[in-house]
Amino acid sequence: MDLGTKVAEVIEASSAEFVAQCYKLDQGPALGSLVKTEGELCEIFGIVYDVETHSLDPGRRVIARGEQMETQDEVFRANPQLARLLSTDFRVLVVGHRQGDGLHHYLPPMPAPIHGFVYICQLEEVQGFAQSLDFLGLVIDARLSVSVDEVVAACLRCFSRAYPDSHAFLVKAGKELARLLGGDALRLNSVLKRLR
Amino acid sequence: MAEQNLDERTRLGTVVSGSLTRGVDVKLDASISVEDMVVGRYVAIEGEKRRFFGMITDVSLEALDPRAMTTPPDVADPFIAEVIAGTTTYGKLRVLPMLTIGGDAVSILEGPQPVKTVPTHFSEVKLASQRDVELVFGAEDDRRFHVGTPLDMETKVCLDVSKFVNRSNGVFGKSGTGKTFLTRLLLIGMLQKQAAVSLVFDMHSEYGWEGKNEKGYKVKGLKQLFPSKVAVFALDEESSRWRKVSTDFVVKIGYGDIEPEDIELLRQTLNLTEASTQAVYQLAREFGDKRWLKTVLNLEEDDSKQLISKLNIHDSTYRNLRRGLESLRRFPFLVPHAVDNPVQRILEYLDRGINVVLEFGRFDDSAAYILVANLLSRRIYARYREKAEKAMGGDMAPSRPLVITIEEAHRFLNPELSTRTIFGRIAREMRKYNVTLLVIDQRPSGIDDEIMSQLGTKITCLLDDERDVDSVLAGVAGKSELKSVLSKLETKQQALVFGHAVPMPVVIKTRDYGSAESYKALGFLEAAELKKKTEKDIEGLWAP
Ligand SMILES: Nc1ncnc2c1ncn2[C@@H]1O[C@H](COP(=O)(O)OP(=O)(O)O)[C@@H](O)[C@H]1O
Ligand SMILES: [Mg+2]
Repeated sequence: MDLGTKVAEVIEASSAEFVAQCYKLDQGPALGSLVKTEGELCEIFGIVYDVETHSLDPGRRVIARGEQMETQDEVFRANPQLARLLSTDFRVLVVGHRQGDGLHHYLPPMPAPIHGFVYICQLEEVQGFAQSLDFLGLVIDARLSVSVDEVVAACLRCFSRAYPDSHAFLVKAGKELARLLGGDALRLNSVLKRLR
Repeated sequence: MAEQNLDERTRLGTVVSGSLTRGVDVKLDASISVEDMVVGRYVAIEGEKRRFFGMITDVSLEALDPRAMTTPPDVADPFIAEVIAGTTTYGKLRVLPMLTIGGDAVSILEGPQPVKTVPTHFSEVKLASQRDVELVFGAEDDRRFHVGTPLDMETKVCLDVSKFVNRSNGVFGKSGTGKTFLTRLLLIGMLQKQAAVSLVFDMHSEYGWEGKNEKGYKVKGLKQLFPSKVAVFALDEESSRWRKVSTDFVVKIGYGDIEPEDIELLRQTLNLTEASTQAVYQLAREFGDKRWLKTVLNLEEDDSKQLISKLNIHDSTYRNLRRGLESLRRFPFLVPHAVDNPVQRILEYLDRGINVVLEFGRFDDSAAYILVANLLSRRIYARYREKAEKAMGGDMAPSRPLVITIEEAHRFLNPELSTRTIFGRIAREMRKYNVTLLVIDQRPSGIDDEIMSQLGTKITCLLDDERDVDSVLAGVAGKSELKSVLSKLETKQQALVFGHAVPMPVVIKTRDYGSAESYKALGFLEAAELKKKTEKDIEGLWAP
């Protein structure tokens, strides 16, 4: 099985979410992209909803260092230790799992294991997953630290790139949203506007 | 959607609510545009236990969120417009279920049955496939005649001609909607399926030899297509000659054949008073049915005076009557002595299975039409009746059913006259004596309701007067739904057919008539082809 690009490792996990730490600073997946990690019994899929770079040591704040420098890269060249003091983490909303041959668009029985490797899904895998848009319901109803509508829009934009006819995908997804948002025409309108 | 497969059914949506009497509501799938849905189209609904057939009777727009009406979504953005369509806003159909077919072998053998229930919630609704339509209307065969196609389909809708001629029927529609073209096809259907023999009172001389389409091009009449099966009778010899019609017989009617009843029917057209119509009966008693008209028309002033004092007829009444009768002289087809007997001639042809079309030529006014059509029909009917009675007694084989076609039927069958004309009687008696009517009219509301209710099959093109629509649809199940279908017909060559000869109401695009292909489809061979065929047939005789 082609696993895709391995980018991070699970460092915190619950049934509905997990946090992963990137191996390389600032090399996290894009907001809204589909990632997966290997669980004990199943593969767990999730959508990246928040990416954050912070100091590894909660007691030490990052300070500005580049006043005298020409480019931003120079800051790191002059302070090689920085890469080790900082870390890029991202939060993932779990939206489904694969157990054996079955792909399910609901939460897995067990959370993602700590230190599970996290991969960015390949385009084919995105297509396979997005065959059913049932996962949108999970996203719409989630309570997240960032705007849900932003995440939904980012996710659909990301997914649409997996399709040769991305417009058709967006229309289909848009209609699913319209159904989920029911009467809320204003909210629907605002999400739809972010789909391009 | 025209190039759809025989079996393919495009999915339209799902049943969401409804009732048997009102029809079911169908939420359209987002992928289907309401604008593609037209009233009158056929759909198939896959119920749990059986398949339903129905007709779209209404199309509406709905929205989930009533706020969408006040703050419409940003549809200027084509993407948003595309998403919104069918979701927060969606199309709804009203479908009137009409027939069902059960899933088991027995029901398939029994064929389509009238509906007695509705499909379950969320049953899938699809456009009917060609095969569905064929299943319902049957393929063209020795009883069924192809009259047209359902909306947006290539399948044939067939009329069961043998059922059709069992009852009197009507073709309606305002002027220019295609009644004449449709009637020509119906006449051909009856001719081809040999279900009946026709007598057509062809007011505007467009059925017998040739007619015109609206662009002024000639279209063939029945005689040109089926020369051995059709005889053209002419009332106006001169007009026939000008039009180069090959006429089989010129009709002349003797004064002796005009009876008081005939004059009574002409009361309005001849401007007669009630009293003078009564006087006719007196005169007939005085001089005899055969001689009264000739005698009265020849009376000199003095003799007239004597006569009216003898019969106690008022002078003004007599003058009114005389003026009316004198106006009959302008009809050259009325002669003091007829040499031949047109009724006898018509019967001879009909007995041989040859259809008779009587062309009126220039006499296309109602006086001539009412007079001649009634006079001839009355006598012909009497003969059929005689024969039918004999046949019932077992003395004679029953005669071939006769269908009499009349135009402007409201002139004969209005409430005032319908009890008195022979046509009212024929319509009421159904087919007791093997005679039925095909009435053609643009103002059906003028026809007696009772007569309308006797018509077995009605075929109606567009009507826009409310009263006409009501009179045509009176007593039909699903009337208000069909009403909306009827009022949305195209202005030409589309008709709603319902009644005896079709299993369920259907909107058709009437089969094309007038092109070389259309003649060919009706079995007509051009002279050259005919020659070839004959040669081949002859060759066949000698083949080893
Ligand atoms: N079945 C048909 N095939 C071809 N043309 C038709 C057909 N029905 C109607 N038309 C066109 O519509 C015109 C009007 O039809 P017509 O039968 O004369 O109307 P009506 O008798 O109702 O006044 C015709 O002249 C013809 O051009
Ligand atoms: Mg006409």
